[in-house]
Amino acid sequence: MIEKQFKTINFTLNGKRVSTSVDVRESLSDMLRDDFGLTSVKKGCEVGECGACTVLVNGEVFASCIFLAIWVDGKDVLTVEGLVDVDGNISDIQQAFIDETAVQCGFCTPGFIMSAEHLLRTGKRYTRDELRKELAGNMCRCTGYQNIINAVEKAMNARLAKAGK
Amino acid sequence: MYDINHIYEAKSVEDAVRLRMEQPQAIIIAGGSDLLISIRAGDLAGCDLISIYMIDELRGVSLDDDETIRIGSLTSFAALTKDEIIQKRMRVLGEAADKVGGPQIRNIGTIGGNTCNGVTSADTASTLMAYDAFIELTGSEGKRLVPIEEFYLGAKRVDLRPDEIQTAILIRPESYQGYEGYYYKYAMRSAMDIATSGCSVNVKLSEDKKTIVDARICYGVAGPIPMRTRSAEQAVKGLPVSKETVEAFAAGALQDVNPRTSWRATKEFRLHIQGELARRCLTESINRAGGIWS
Repeated sequence: MIEKQFKTINFTLNGKRVSTSVDVRESLSDMLRDDFGLTSVKKGCEVGECGACTVLVNGEVFASCIFLAIWVDGKDVLTVEGLVDVDGNISDIQQAFIDETAVQCGFCTPGFIMSAEHLLRTGKRYTRDELRKELAGNMCRCTGYQNIINAVEKAMNARLAKAGK
Repeated sequence: MYDINHIYEAKSVEDAVRLRMEQPQAIIIAGGSDLLISIRAGDLAGCDLISIYMIDELRGVSLDDDETIRIGSLTSFAALTKDEIIQKRMRVLGEAADKVGGPQIRNIGTIGGNTCNGVTSADTASTLMAYDAFIELTGSEGKRLVPIEEFYLGAKRVDLRPDEIQTAILIRPESYQGYEGYYYKYAMRSAMDIATSGCSVNVKLSEDKKTIVDARICYGVAGPIPMRTRSAEQAVKGLPVSKETVEAFAAGALQDVNPRTSWRATKEFRLHIQGELARRCLTESINRAGGIWS
């Protein structure tokens, strides 16, 4: 049997301060799924190519399958579960994905939502070509991407309008 | 869980140097976008690691008193592209970093890792070599500086001693002031791909913008390590900014390159695109430098 090698880390997870004991060899995706039950974090390729495991660490996108769990010590981690409001309502981006039929099998969706969340937080207006480049680290085998770009563009325009831009 | 025996976490550069000496078998992990994948594939199963990822003092770009650009080795590709010092003084490096993988990889991948793994296709390496960058290595006896061309010893082999870690990459003012450059990554896909070949060129023009004072060119995937093609550089020094000069540059480059056939592309195809890359990169560098064509 392989001996456990635990380390205590403290970080912010979906807005809450958490402290946990994690094996130092664990990936961030494994810790989020297995220790915290955050199954929006999908394990697709597990080599950092497909983007299904994308989460935000200190507001930036990372592939959690190729990120050591111990590296989030002292940082801020956000997953799709953290996007719902206090009443449990889904976010504007999630709603836009539903409205634009940007979801088919749904496996890639959480990763796309987190990449989109990062983009919309910048408050910038992206062209469709820029959106394609910024979402290039997320792969979808079903939709052909068109509706995903439509959804992100729609949510972006709505947020910019709300901010008076 | 990754198939790792043990991870030693360095909290500072001194800590990392100490761990290097205490655990000579351990491999340094920076961002891990290459290493964790090799571990998962079983190539490095059961290895020991020294994690330097949490050493924040190795992040960021700054200017030394003499205007030398100092890039901390853990600076991510994304941070490099966004950095104002790089944008103003050496934008081609930020552009080359922006060609790596996708956004997630550009956030985790580091410029130190990109050079230390000794891979010829590394997108930032050819630009660094084309700008005569220096690698700063810190070990038990202090720091030493190595020209990047000497840092590369062979495929996947670099001049990193057993007690050292790479702490910075330096570009001296005489290497970038007055130069404009352009990097072209040739790959099958425009994102999430490894270069079939890459080419980084930079040029310094005369005051009237009609003559090439200096030109430098470095290829990725033209040989086992990033390769300067000096025949091209010498061929155009002092020549007027013209189509003929661009042709002479490409002809010079092809004298020196030695690409191989791999599953990504054949030698013949690489030779074809390498000639074309020299033309396009020199042309664009000249245009960026405000060159007046004759």
